[in-house]
Amino acid sequence: MSAGAAELSVDSATGVAVRLELVGPGGRCVAFLIDWHIRVMLALCWYVGAALTHNLAEGRSGIAAPLEPGASWFLGVLLPTGGLYLLYHPVLELLLRGRTPGKRLTRVRVATRSGATPTTGALLIRNLFRLIDGLPVLYGVGLIATMMTREHVRIGDLAAGTVLVYERKPVLPGATALPDIDPEHAALARELLARWPGLDAPARAALADRLLEAARVPGAAALADTERLAALRVLAGTAAA
Amino acid sequence: MTRPGREDGPPVTTPEATLRAQLARRAQRWREAAARLARLEQREPLGVETAADLLDDYRRVAADLAIARRLDPASRTREELEALYARLHGELYRPALRPLHLLRVMLRDELPEAVARLRWHLVFATLLFVVTAIAAAWLIGNNPALARLFASNEMITTVERGKLWTEGLFYIVPGSVLSLQILTNNIIVNLLAYCAGFLFGLGTFYVVGLNGLMLGGVFAFTAANGLGGKLFEFVVAHGIVEIACLCVAGAAGAAVGESLVRPGLATRREAFAQATRDTLPVMCAVVLLLVGCGFIEGFVSPNPDVPLAARLVIGVGYFLFMIALLQGWVFGRSRGGRLAD
Repeated sequence: MSAGAAELSVDSATGVAVRLELVGPGGRCVAFLIDWHIRVMLALCWYVGAALTHNLAEGRSGIAAPLEPGASWFLGVLLPTGGLYLLYHPVLELLLRGRTPGKRLTRVRVATRSGATPTTGALLIRNLFRLIDGLPVLYGVGLIATMMTREHVRIGDLAAGTVLVYERKPVLPGATALPDIDPEHAALARELLARWPGLDAPARAALADRLLEAARVPGAAALADTERLAALRVLAGTAAA
Repeated sequence: MTRPGREDGPPVTTPEATLRAQLARRAQRWREAAARLARLEQREPLGVETAADLLDDYRRVAADLAIARRLDPASRTREELEALYARLHGELYRPALRPLHLLRVMLRDELPEAVARLRWHLVFATLLFVVTAIAAAWLIGNNPALARLFASNEMITTVERGKLWTEGLFYIVPGSVLSLQILTNNIIVNLLAYCAGFLFGLGTFYVVGLNGLMLGGVFAFTAANGLGGKLFEFVVAHGIVEIACLCVAGAAGAAVGESLVRPGLATRREAFAQATRDTLPVMCAVVLLLVGCGFIEGFVSPNPDVPLAARLVIGVGYFLFMIALLQGWVFGRSRGGRLAD
């Protein structure tokens, strides 16, 4: 296992290392801020809804706390509001396997240092140490830790053996006008591309058109020079369709 | 790259061209792999065949990625294969989600083993608590004015009037509210004592020592005002386990601190992660026990109708339950350490 500036390379059973792009302090802050806004909104919505209901039931209006709040105010209004705010990260990370809505939006996830999805225990430890990372205010300790460590991790990640990595869905060649590329055509396309700068325009256009027609590219005969070049690159497999 | 061969011979194909051709033929397979992976990520139940296909996908994508890295390191194909491979790796190495089984294994097997590993840390944390409590009691005994270090002015005034600050609490604050406030506070203090072990153990010592000082100081001060017996009566039902929990959390925090001071053969980072993994079951048990303490402190301790004998039975009984829990006996571990089932 080794880590570059922003990449973690993990050995795997196949012998081919898994490369994970690490999230830096900036990416972490963006994900955290999105999550913070969501949980504040959730907590506020609960507070307003529950407080209105509670006060209406007691013949009052507004969302202010009663002068002598009873158990129903504490258990129905304050406790769930606090619970939503404080348990947002641990509960969602456990349920969504190291992801939260903010992390999903910024396309990051929590992973172990071996690239796997973290265990329940690791996620619990990671969230437990928010007590330290949150000190003294605004995640000061955590933020400094992400800036000081090579893998941009906070204390909770150090304790749990986790990292934050980017994840994205692969966009594989598929939605293409060339569903089944003949390897011979692909090899010829690569050869033509290699010779492309040395050929004069009419000659390379003629060669390209013959090849694209042979590969049954729709509308091959009517392509402009730039489109022809792009189609050749797709055929050669050096560009996504 | 394909080159023309001799006039009537077949074209000559280089190894590189063969590999490129192999990659070009794989696109459909990758799409199928991505579709299977998406089903796995969405927690669709997969049959054995699909699971075996996914393992095969993992190996094949790894092989294709290795070729793409070699031939076209800057290509989109390589980038997309990296993404597919990383996701496959993450999903295939995802631990099974069986929360009830995990909880049972943790409380029955891992917890007693962790407690056994922590026995010297536990002795040390308990000693620290006891010594600081005695020191505070001695200090207050010699200089009652120092009580202001451990108690608020309001508390001091109430005690000097011959009353405990807890009197009447039961009729003012509902038991449920009191319980939740107390258990939340206790859990945070214990978790802080544990997490503060990150400061090479010093944070843990501070929290345990401070709590020892406060308890010893407050007890000495109330005893000096003739209220020691009343305070004991208030504390005994929940206090035994509450103090024991702080000592256990302190022991776990000390182990975390020790992993950073003396990491042994591992790096500090590895030792730290191992220590937190090892001590997590202990902290889970502490949190569970403190929930019980909170309810006792909210409903039993401030209730003047509960006699001292009942309080003693509850306090000692809950402490015995704590020992049984920490030893794994509650969840079927036998006395010799063998599993009952």
